[in-house]
Amino acid sequence: MSDDIMRTLHLDPIACDGRGLCHYAAPDLIDLDEWGYPLLRDGGLRLGVTSSELPQARAAVEACPMLALHLEK
Amino acid sequence: MTERLGLGSPPSLADHLRTFGPMPHVDGRSGSSPGALVDEVESAGLRGRGGGWFPTHLKLRAVVDSSASRGRLSRTRQPIVIGNGMEGEPASSKDVVLLTSSPHLVLDGIEAAARTVGATEAFLAVHRGSPAIPVLERAIAERPDTELPITLDTPPARYVASEESALSHWIGDGIAQPVYPDRPFQKGADGRPTLVQNVETLAHLGLIARHGGAWFAEVGSPSAPGTTLVSIGGAVRHPGVLEAPTGTPVAHLIERAGGATSGIRGFLTGGYGGGWVASEGFAETSWDPDSMRAAGAVIGASILWAVGDQVCPLDELDRVVHWMAGESAGQCGPCVFGLPALSEDVHSLASRAVDPQRPTRLQRRLALVTGRGGCKHPDGVARLVGTGLSAFADEVAAHEDGRCTATANVGARLPVPPARVAALDGRGRDFR
Repeated sequence: MSDDIMRTLHLDPIACDGRGLCHYAAPDLIDLDEWGYPLLRDGGLRLGVTSSELPQARAAVEACPMLALHLEK
Repeated sequence: MTERLGLGSPPSLADHLRTFGPMPHVDGRSGSSPGALVDEVESAGLRGRGGGWFPTHLKLRAVVDSSASRGRLSRTRQPIVIGNGMEGEPASSKDVVLLTSSPHLVLDGIEAAARTVGATEAFLAVHRGSPAIPVLERAIAERPDTELPITLDTPPARYVASEESALSHWIGDGIAQPVYPDRPFQKGADGRPTLVQNVETLAHLGLIARHGGAWFAEVGSPSAPGTTLVSIGGAVRHPGVLEAPTGTPVAHLIERAGGATSGIRGFLTGGYGGGWVASEGFAETSWDPDSMRAAGAVIGASILWAVGDQVCPLDELDRVVHWMAGESAGQCGPCVFGLPALSEDVHSLASRAVDPQRPTRLQRRLALVTGRGGCKHPDGVARLVGTGLSAFADEVAAHEDGRCTATANVGARLPVPPARVAALDGRGRDFR
């Protein structure tokens, strides 16, 4: 089971100030745009996360000093 | 010709009562049930005239539901009503014309909405410096005392301050920046359920309270009945504001504005957060939200601007995008940095600079600023640029080639206020 969506990763774009730590914690889920702001893999502010991707998503949430990322069921 | 909103009438209470008659009693909310007016609003099919065209009865119900779901002693239980007369779109003047002609009809609508949702505070917001302020001060002062006085408030004149979460934020905290996530009807000013309605919507509400929902729906498109104000400008003989039933063909609106003063190249529809359309085939389109969307246009705040055939549409796009970039709320990186980057690309195109990478870069940046903001401002700018590039594809091709077909570049130009420089503004210093 790799395509089972376990959680949704949410990005609050107002809280985010583009430090970019989330990209290093979750390089498969989060890229950085040309201005250094996180770009979720699907481009929006929510990303479905599978069980195998969950560790990266959790690491990204913990890495954010602005608390701009969170995971929801 | 159906005109209901009293445009051009004197604003006094005596004139108001003579024209519209007294306001009937409006039932208050009872517990988790909104006042009975909500059913008339539903049968009227009234949709919000601020730009979103969201069904008004759903908003009224959502505010009551959110309020009723809170504990009886909760400090955030009591709803707030805000009449939105901010009119942030520079090409719009319908709200100021309405407020200076029929202020009491708008105030009637605010009182009716407040009773229907059980609000304990009511505000009317117009931007700082608005010419409507003295008229509204006089109108509020001459009304008989009610249990719920209406407070006139004047947030800063910023484009995004018209957005409903920004307005709730302003009333609650004195900072007119949008909030994320944006659900003021659940959690608005001071965390209270907050009903934000455009002033024209409220004026229609004042009429529905008098004449009922069936009367309201006698005219207009079935999917968005009633009349609507239209701000019409550009290459027309008599630019200004007119009232027409929804569904009126664009060609009729232009006729009522005195006809075109030159050939028309295309239109800006809905405002600077709206979209461009080429003129071919557009004149038959019905002026209502669904027909406009089907035609690839946006009704938005009901703005119709005709671009004359002697004006370079890319020059117009350049001026507007430059201003819109500076109107970022300064909260989200993709907006603060992305919009100026987009604006530079559009400027380079409009000035016919040679840059083979530009088309690809523009498309990439359009995607990068869309869907990533805390409010819809960057999405609006991306739509403005994207629709401009497709509506005027021939002009884009000419510019890529170093030419402009509108050599004279004369005619009515879109109103663009002095531009600011987009900057991060986490504390909202420029929004107080």
